[in-house]
Amino acid sequence: MSTAIETPRSTETLNYLNTKYGWKSWLFTTDHKRIAILYLISISFFFLLGGIFAMLVRLELATPAGDLFNSDTYNKLFTMHGIVMIFFFLIPSIPATLGNFLIPMMIGAKDLAFPRINLLSWYIYIVAGLIAVGTMAYGGVDTGWTFYPPFSSTYSRTYVVAAAIAVFVSGFSSILTGLNFIVTIHKMRAPGMTFDRLPLFVWAHYATSLIQLLGTPVVAITIALLGLERIFHVGIFDPAIGGDPILFQHLFWFYSHPAVYIMILPGMGVINEIVACFSRKRPFGYPFIAGSSIGIAVLGFLVWGHHMFVTGQSMYASLVFSLLSMAVAVPSAIKVFNWTATMYKGSIRFETPMLYAFGFIGLFTIGGLTGLFLATLATNVHLTDTYFVVAHFHYVMVGGMVLGYLGGLHFWWPKITGRMYPEFWGKLSALIVFVGFNFTFFPQFLAGYAGMPRRYHAYAPEYQVFNVMSTAGASVLGIGFTLPLIYLIWSLFYGPKAPANPWGAKGLEWETSSPPPTYNFDTPPVMNEEAYNYSGDDTGVHVG
Amino acid sequence: MTSHQVVPIKVYVAVWAALSILTMTTWQVALIDLGPFNIIAAITIAVVKMLLVVTIFMHVRQADSLTRLYVGAGFLWLVILLGILLCDYLSRSWIPGGQFWPSGPAMIVGG
Repeated sequence: MSTAIETPRSTETLNYLNTKYGWKSWLFTTDHKRIAILYLISISFFFLLGGIFAMLVRLELATPAGDLFNSDTYNKLFTMHGIVMIFFFLIPSIPATLGNFLIPMMIGAKDLAFPRINLLSWYIYIVAGLIAVGTMAYGGVDTGWTFYPPFSSTYSRTYVVAAAIAVFVSGFSSILTGLNFIVTIHKMRAPGMTFDRLPLFVWAHYATSLIQLLGTPVVAITIALLGLERIFHVGIFDPAIGGDPILFQHLFWFYSHPAVYIMILPGMGVINEIVACFSRKRPFGYPFIAGSSIGIAVLGFLVWGHHMFVTGQSMYASLVFSLLSMAVAVPSAIKVFNWTATMYKGSIRFETPMLYAFGFIGLFTIGGLTGLFLATLATNVHLTDTYFVVAHFHYVMVGGMVLGYLGGLHFWWPKITGRMYPEFWGKLSALIVFVGFNFTFFPQFLAGYAGMPRRYHAYAPEYQVFNVMSTAGASVLGIGFTLPLIYLIWSLFYGPKAPANPWGAKGLEWETSSPPPTYNFDTPPVMNEEAYNYSGDDTGVHVG
Repeated sequence: MTSHQVVPIKVYVAVWAALSILTMTTWQVALIDLGPFNIIAAITIAVVKMLLVVTIFMHVRQADSLTRLYVGAGFLWLVILLGILLCDYLSRSWIPGGQFWPSGPAMIVGG
């Protein structure tokens, strides 16, 4: 059994990776950077697990007949794909890994405000994850990730309560991360790091944290009420015992629509940093990008009813929700326009992170615009519960968020690990992901518009051409996601050593060594210039 | 950071006593048939109890303005949730041709 040893194994500079060794030094660490690594490993496991469920779903749908799984098993597969990807990958992905690692460094702090609460949040996440994995091992759950009653509360004969507990517990991890970020950003900024000099990545995480703090308790209470109804038959949501199923959908989507912004806002934060760095320009309209993050967080709480246009909610409420949903597109559009304006006349470099940023901007735009189709009452009635909806949210979640995550991971990989990844393989995998993604999900827009419903394991033969394309594309996408796993792990051992600032980027995190020392900076930093001061900068870019 | 002003122990005891009395009051009021005012009385007492806990036990009274802002945001978000939710419930019966739609032909939504 290994124990924590205080001395480094070699003569290399002390950093957060080599100051202590042994499993205890990791499992009991309060260093935000090590906790970020713990999260990185954990979410990668869940991404793989959710990806396996997705591949099984796509395999089943390669033919119109339900020939690989029966309908019950298929229901479990898409449910567990959704639960794992949303609650155990997408929501913690960027905040808990890149956010955890970078926010203290970006604002010039030694750590987050509450380091032990930070570690606690990871343990809570792991407990929730174990409950989820245990639920799946015992037979899973078939309600869809949305847990709609009365099916979930009364009729389903699968492990609904166990899955609900996993989601309930994971919510506390999310709340604690948000709380830690808010206090850290308010209280621990370095001298000179005023709010108008904060990196836009930090602004995006501040907005995300607001949603985590204000929205997550609502879904926790909703799931607890669902458990009460299922176990003790208290009539809350099931009309047979005096409840209202639409009430569940109101409470669930009050959190779960803003949760979409928990997932996408940090991705937008990453894209801000990448676009500014690889265009060698200050982001166009910095105050508007920062403000639009807060705007999305606030407006995002007012639009949940667009998930419920055909449920029987008041049509007047639907009209208002439709209008507000159009409004939330405005701050999102501000970001897209400002990214493109930032690139205008910029000195653009086509490194791997920038390729992912290009992918993000294009795919998020398609995802966002198709969201407007769904926010429009009349088209929504036609498109509800079709593959159009599936394609729309995958364009936002995968085309947007996962590409943002991969772009950010490549951008800060040299800082996190002290090693450069192979640029050729990075660019190749970005290209494969982009092509594979579009092959997978664009046909789903067409299938959905033609009327193919979601959540069925068998379908009418006229939709097969779309589904074959989609399944083939998913295989390409799978290769695109596997490649970075291989070459990033390879780079840990064989990659060239990274300089402190390989991209010539601006920001305090680039002014410390790669990897950083335990307390981030050898001397406390002072922010004495505007954020993103790229004017007159001709710093070279070093790549592996 | 927030100043750690010590609240005298007798204040805590007084609040605890007030909370206990209010709980008993909720129980006793529930036994009297006040019609629609039963629920109003219960919610009023609950709000008073919540304010005592938030301001005294959770030290929000001594907190800085930023903490108060966040506590206020929590309440505002609750108001948003309940307010919009009630808008749905209150307007569901406004069906064209229904009680709140005096002119025009009767029509069944979705029919």
